[in-house]
Amino acid sequence: MKDKPYKPETWKDLPFATITDVPSTFNNTGTWRTVKPVIDYDKCISCMICWKFCPDVAISIVPNSKEGAKFDEVPKIDYFFCKGCGICAHECPVKAIDMVQEESK
Amino acid sequence: MKLTLTGNQSNAWGVKLARVQVVAAYPITPQTTIVEELAEFAANGELDTQYIKVESEHSAMAACIAAQNTGVRTYTASSSHGLALMHEMLHWAAGARLPIVMGAVNRAMGPPWNIWADHTDTISQRDTGWMQFYVESNQEVLDTIIQAYKVAESKDVMLPAMAIEDAFILSHTVETVEIPDQELVDEFLPPYDPPEYLNPEDPKGFGSLVMPDFYMEFRYLIYKAQDAARKRIREVTKEYAEIFGRDYHGLVEEYRTEDADIVVVGAGTMISTAKDVIDKLRSEGHKIGLVKLRVFRPFPYEEIQDIAKRVDVMAVMDRSYTYGYGGAMFGEVKAAVYNTDARPKMKNYLIGIGGRDVTAKMLEDTFRNAIRVKEHGLDEEIMWVGLKGGE
Repeated sequence: MKDKPYKPETWKDLPFATITDVPSTFNNTGTWRTVKPVIDYDKCISCMICWKFCPDVAISIVPNSKEGAKFDEVPKIDYFFCKGCGICAHECPVKAIDMVQEESK
Repeated sequence: MKLTLTGNQSNAWGVKLARVQVVAAYPITPQTTIVEELAEFAANGELDTQYIKVESEHSAMAACIAAQNTGVRTYTASSSHGLALMHEMLHWAAGARLPIVMGAVNRAMGPPWNIWADHTDTISQRDTGWMQFYVESNQEVLDTIIQAYKVAESKDVMLPAMAIEDAFILSHTVETVEIPDQELVDEFLPPYDPPEYLNPEDPKGFGSLVMPDFYMEFRYLIYKAQDAARKRIREVTKEYAEIFGRDYHGLVEEYRTEDADIVVVGAGTMISTAKDVIDKLRSEGHKIGLVKLRVFRPFPYEEIQDIAKRVDVMAVMDRSYTYGYGGAMFGEVKAAVYNTDARPKMKNYLIGIGGRDVTAKMLEDTFRNAIRVKEHGLDEEIMWVGLKGGE
């Protein structure tokens, strides 16, 4: 897969069918959010239940960059793509995810 | 090799010769014997294919779509209510640009419940993006399946196609069918080689959302593909004739239209009988000819316009009634001619609906009516032929 979305100008630039070589996470659906999930990494136990339940693959598992951390890997939310449904916050067994009101820009 | 086959067996033989890799189908009268024959070919090893049994026609088409997306040649068959149940997935197959080929056996839509020949089922699928070939004989069923794959899989076409045969008149009636040599078919129809397919080594998204900024452009690509199909059908039919010796004349076959001032347009099995009736009227001195609308989608507007310029009366026989006006074939023929200088009188005959026999006598009466239009002008635009009690 490519690392950049494809930007056609005219019908001549289109593939013959709706076949794309970038994932849908390249669509900026983060602007749809009214509430934003925020992970409190002090509470997070890295169980990855949020990652498993996210209906749109907006949570990925990344190496923990914190010095001397208890867990090697932690969940990370892709705010460019996350639509703010709140399922992760609902499912988190230790209530480590807060849904925070989005502010107007 | 020559075999005596029903239209449905001939259909299955076409599929076998095309080396179809996946068959997914659900049985419905009068299509059932096609998929029974294919199940037998698959079971006894004559056809190396994955045969998927499904719980409905909607699933059959969905299975073909998924399979075809992995880069293999697929086939299904249906009729009437089964075809109607596929409707949503038919749009998907064409929109996803998958060259699936289907054997469609024309059967009336209920109610009233009726299993006999009538084109309403396929006419109702006109707007799904599928190409439609209406065939006349069991031989043409087999030949059209092979040709349809070749046209559909052309790089500039990539659209699905229906090979359409009339219920019982072809599907369950035995005729002698010439079976082409497998090696020649293999040469004519090489293995399916799509430009893109589902491949874990090179992951891609299929059937993704397109916003209003480019949806219209994807529709324009299908407009171009339908146009390319018109050209490809002419070429492929010609190539087939050169190799196999049977010429189906592209999208439209003209019969005795030279110097004709009356032509009758029709589709499907009524054409064979109509040819004899034309001969009889010609022997009486009437300048009448016949036009077989072999391909309805893409619509052969250039051929129709060219014929319209040469005649005074253009009559169209529809074996279906499109609720609210006349027949769909009539509507399309008339529309194609409007922006030309040709102004033949146009008349629509609704005939053979719900499997009513289209006899030579019935066609003779119809053609004599068209001759009267030439002599006395147009009376009524739409006529129900053989209606008990009259109009």
